[in-house]
Amino acid sequence: MLLKSNVQKWCGLLFAAILLLLLMCVSIVYGYTDTTWKMAVDAFTAFDGSNEHLIIQSVRLPRALIAAAVGASLAIAGVLLQTITKNPLAAPEIFGINAGAGFAVVVTVTLFSLSNLQIFTWISFLGAAVSFILVYIIGSIGRDGLTPMKLTLAGAAMSAMFASMTQGFLVINETALEQVLFWLAGSVAGRKLETLLSVLPYLIAGWGLALLISNKLNVLSMGEDVAKGLGLKTGMLKIWSGVIIVLLSGGAVAVAGPIAFIGIVIPHLTRAVVGIDHRWVIPFSALFGGILLLIADTASRFIIMPQEVPVGVMTAVIGTPFFVYIARKGFNK
Amino acid sequence: MTANQAISTKQLTLSYGDTTIINELDLEIPKGEITVFIGGNGCGKSTLLRSIARLLKPKSGAVLLDGEAIARLSTKDVARKMAILPQSPSAPEGLTVLQLVKQGRYPYQTWLKQWTAEDEEKVNNALEATGLMKLKDRAVDSLSGGQRQRAWIAMTLAQDTDTILLDEPTTYLDMTHQIEILDLLFELNEKEQRTIVMVLHDLNLACRYAHNVVAIKDQKIYAQGKPEVVINCSLVKNVFEMECEVTIDPLFGTPLCIPYGKGRCILKQERLSRNG
Repeated sequence: MLLKSNVQKWCGLLFAAILLLLLMCVSIVYGYTDTTWKMAVDAFTAFDGSNEHLIIQSVRLPRALIAAAVGASLAIAGVLLQTITKNPLAAPEIFGINAGAGFAVVVTVTLFSLSNLQIFTWISFLGAAVSFILVYIIGSIGRDGLTPMKLTLAGAAMSAMFASMTQGFLVINETALEQVLFWLAGSVAGRKLETLLSVLPYLIAGWGLALLISNKLNVLSMGEDVAKGLGLKTGMLKIWSGVIIVLLSGGAVAVAGPIAFIGIVIPHLTRAVVGIDHRWVIPFSALFGGILLLIADTASRFIIMPQEVPVGVMTAVIGTPFFVYIARKGFNK
Repeated sequence: MTANQAISTKQLTLSYGDTTIINELDLEIPKGEITVFIGGNGCGKSTLLRSIARLLKPKSGAVLLDGEAIARLSTKDVARKMAILPQSPSAPEGLTVLQLVKQGRYPYQTWLKQWTAEDEEKVNNALEATGLMKLKDRAVDSLSGGQRQRAWIAMTLAQDTDTILLDEPTTYLDMTHQIEILDLLFELNEKEQRTIVMVLHDLNLACRYAHNVVAIKDQKIYAQGKPEVVINCSLVKNVFEMECEVTIDPLFGTPLCIPYGKGRCILKQERLSRNG
């Protein structure tokens, strides 16, 4: 644990918030189109209709906001999943939640050619919820109930199933492939601000609820029996956590497609910094999640310029070694 | 039902799926005493304790706490009257002793009232009573087995309940630490008249520390009472399916069970000649 006293933690939180804002500014200023800090300021204070100003206002700004919001949401969803399943490898993508939401969206796009944002969001929530519930049920079947191993296996199976079915749909319908491929790889680029605004209420609700239940999550992390003995309604808490997870990851996927590894990496990183108290872990991982996705997204513009690497690929490159590390460490106990 | 019962069960039936574990059990657990459940592996003593602690829903019947059906009380109300320490609990990695003990105050917290001076006092008392004041900032997973168990007991003490249930609190501890834990519980009972109900595997330690033993066999209570009254050869034979002699503990005067069996008997000659 890096930050020990409460004063240190408050300072850390402030510092992380400033860093997040700074990275959002960096994300707005730096990219393929040459822009300067002055231009960025002018674009909002003295808009002149130039190409640069347009890019800053309608491309870069939404992109920075989306990266921050999606990163924060996936990170919190990861914290909640890891706590309620007692599984260090749990994350929205491991549970097949991202794949489920992705599949639902692809089916809707290919079969009904829907482009209404509001419906898009709801379809994504629905897909996230269905796969979360399926994985939870499959992981609980059998004598010894819900175990981390069974959950991970169920999640892997559901992920594979949804991914294959998604591919199947795309093979049948090639025009849809064009539309959704970039989205499927996970990206925060080329989204309009309205896309974010349509899910933002759900994301904000998810963040707020996650903070509200943070103390109860501390009790639950002591084990099911101890928590029940202390008078915690563990069943209710898990249902609420499930709702929050679906809101956050369903919302994030609707905007940015399935971006992997934020939900795994950030909770562990955060616990290394602030310890295991969820009242700190949740706000910190939200900020760290936003920071990581902003860094990955900004970096993705410079790796194979003038082309961009989808940010989902970037997070996977960062996340895979980390995943292996946790897998080696986590199942030892 | 008199005021002398902390907990009682009425026609309590417990089962896992179709397998009945405990059948229509009526049990009364006296207030202010140490009660120990004994019985063979899989006889249902832990299941019974878990059900009393509302961790397991009964198939039928009821558990009464101070005369009220536990299922009708809010779970937080129950947590203010009765604490449970499950078998080999595990703390999240990095949790400190102080953080662990503080969780014992969860039943007293509400949205408005998060942490009070009373909470602070109870936590300090619990750390004091278990001798963990100096270790309070250590991570629970860095402690020795005995210290760790004391930390968990401190958490149940911070819960400030009249009744404490413990499921095999001495499992995985060496002899020194078994005695240390049981001495601690005995003192809590003596000084603060807390009702203690626990499952123990060691019959001789059960006889030494318990005011009241409950022997469970075939889904029912085989015998209940003071160890010096109920523990004898035939009980051990019937409940544990083991031949033994019951003699008197030379230090405490409580019953002491010495099992028959194979082994290196250096008294063999003498016993053979005594039995003719």
